[in-house]
Amino acid sequence: MKIHEYQGKEILREFGVPTPRGVACFSADEALTAAQQLGGKVWVVKAQIHAGGRGKGGGVKVAKSLDEVIQFARQILGMQLVTHQTGPAGQQVRRLLIEEGAAIAKEFYVGMVVDRVAQRVALLASSEGGMEIEEVAKNAPEKIHTVRIDPVAGLNANEASEVVRAIGIPDVANAEAVQVLQGLYRAFVEKDAMLAEINPLILTADNRVVALDAKFNFDSNALYRHSEIVAMRDLDEEDPAEIEASKFDLSYISLDGDIGCLVNGAGLAMATMDIIKLYGGSPANFLDVGGGATTEKVTEAFKLMLKNPHLKAILVNIFGGIMKCDVIAEGVVAAARQVHLTVPLVVRLEGTNVDLGKKILADSGLPIISGNDMADAAQKVVAAAKEAI
Amino acid sequence: MSILINKDTLVITQGMTGKVGQFHTQQCKAYANGANCFVAGVNPKKAGEEFEGIPVYASVRDAKQATGATVSVIYVPPSGAAAAIDEAVEAELDLVICITEGIPVHDMIKTRYKMQGKKTLLIGPNCPGLITPDEIKIGIMPGHIHKKGRIGVVSRSGTLTYEAVGQLSALGYGQSSCVGIGGDPINGLKHIDVLRMFNDDPETDAVVMVGEIGGNDEETCARWIKDNMQKPVVGFIAGITAPPGKRMGHAGAIISGGQGGAEDKLSVMEESGIFITRNPAEMGRTMQKVLKG
Repeated sequence: MKIHEYQGKEILREFGVPTPRGVACFSADEALTAAQQLGGKVWVVKAQIHAGGRGKGGGVKVAKSLDEVIQFARQILGMQLVTHQTGPAGQQVRRLLIEEGAAIAKEFYVGMVVDRVAQRVALLASSEGGMEIEEVAKNAPEKIHTVRIDPVAGLNANEASEVVRAIGIPDVANAEAVQVLQGLYRAFVEKDAMLAEINPLILTADNRVVALDAKFNFDSNALYRHSEIVAMRDLDEEDPAEIEASKFDLSYISLDGDIGCLVNGAGLAMATMDIIKLYGGSPANFLDVGGGATTEKVTEAFKLMLKNPHLKAILVNIFGGIMKCDVIAEGVVAAARQVHLTVPLVVRLEGTNVDLGKKILADSGLPIISGNDMADAAQKVVAAAKEAI
Repeated sequence: MSILINKDTLVITQGMTGKVGQFHTQQCKAYANGANCFVAGVNPKKAGEEFEGIPVYASVRDAKQATGATVSVIYVPPSGAAAAIDEAVEAELDLVICITEGIPVHDMIKTRYKMQGKKTLLIGPNCPGLITPDEIKIGIMPGHIHKKGRIGVVSRSGTLTYEAVGQLSALGYGQSSCVGIGGDPINGLKHIDVLRMFNDDPETDAVVMVGEIGGNDEETCARWIKDNMQKPVVGFIAGITAPPGKRMGHAGAIISGGQGGAEDKLSVMEESGIFITRNPAEMGRTMQKVLKG
């Protein structure tokens, strides 16, 4: 689960990481009040969306007067901000962060991720602040310094201090930078994060170390023990279809194509998308109904897929193990009747009680196209989608 | 022979008395020699009771002492599952199979850290388990699609493993053992560990390896195969069409920063002499072609 920058900074402050003073706002009026409260002569007006690259897209402006604060706030609020992470449609800006300006002497990058190979949290730090770490990794990997952190001892001050020196933070600011890294690590572990980035971390003209940005992504499997993180969830930033799916415990991701897929199991669901593509079609979604699909879940899954205006055909691919094929078949029939299916439906069943399942589909009187195996079903659904054009 | 488990393996079930544990314990007990293999359950609140004739003990240590079991399977809910693995490791079991899906990543990091230098092997979490056909099934896979034979199967996914097994069985190729290593980012045995075991198993002739986008386990394994594997390997990677940065059900299946993409994996595998297919419906037939030469 992702959160906004201003929420990320609240967490950082809680763990002793200095950030600029700032206020989250929902209107230009609020932005003005915030700027007045903050005082000073320079403010930064920052669009709050769950995507990176906001500055390049015109979502971050430096205001040198209160008039400019209002002007920029009006400009940015409501805009469709397009960045390399939002896709071409962009994301509508509904929230702003108004911050005091900072005198930047130099920018750095610090981040934390879960390293699957080392099976530890890895600290990444680089002198190349403000650039995406992926780009640095590609073009100048020697500029990335990595520490794999001992989960019992935590991030040791000596190790942190070495990294701070390696990326070029002067010794006068070393102690404060170490405190930032240790604070970030504690936040990462205590809040069950999967990814955290401060980009840029800046050195100010007076040698202070400040987090100018904050990005967090949390482990959804650990949200049960973090109501404070769940409270930060912003549904406006998420795909409505994916939100709807999560209510029914369905794992759903919208894609660009026109063939809906309903599959049990994540690996098989991905493989189903792959085989559709292989036979010249294009999947409209990833949808894993999980191991315990009921008629209700299957019905909701159909409703979700049918909300997509581009949908031309549906492929149901079930390998029944624990989930019996006859139960799935009954679910498919009930769902197809309830939603008044208007697009061709191809069903491939395999596994436990497969013959009974196929009989239920055949006896239903519904125009269901039966797929004998995965390849046959994929070819049939691609053909059906092409005919529908 | 087979790898990791056989008809003589004695198994403790952690979380046997929960709804999921009960159901799968019944299924596992009914498969092949299961009635003799599943000898103990663990639940500190229900010690002394029985389920399906299987005694419940207060701890893994007690269960091991009373029965001589060396393997455990875990169905404990996510919030307690990492602690259940820790308990099995402390009791010095040989192998722990954790079926539980949804364990927080930071819990697994701590658990894996504690496992360093210990003898216990871990399969999973978030996996279907493993099976040696006609001998023993430990996990949630449908037993009847399997057939005894000489092909090893290793996979990060559940139903996609069944798909591979179903294709092999339909073509008459039985399996020596099938191992689901799970889809989580922090897990126990990797593809490479299981491939090593299949390489050493005299009753395995060839291996089907099913991977997924995310991480670089498949690449590491492929490089090992190139230098060491003496048996043919057929490979498939799910997720060619997955968009970057999206989580496709499995937490491990995130492609980020150009690492762990399906095409990257497939090209490394191909270079390493693995017989890859891009078509998930062709895993069985690809094996058939390889074996018939």
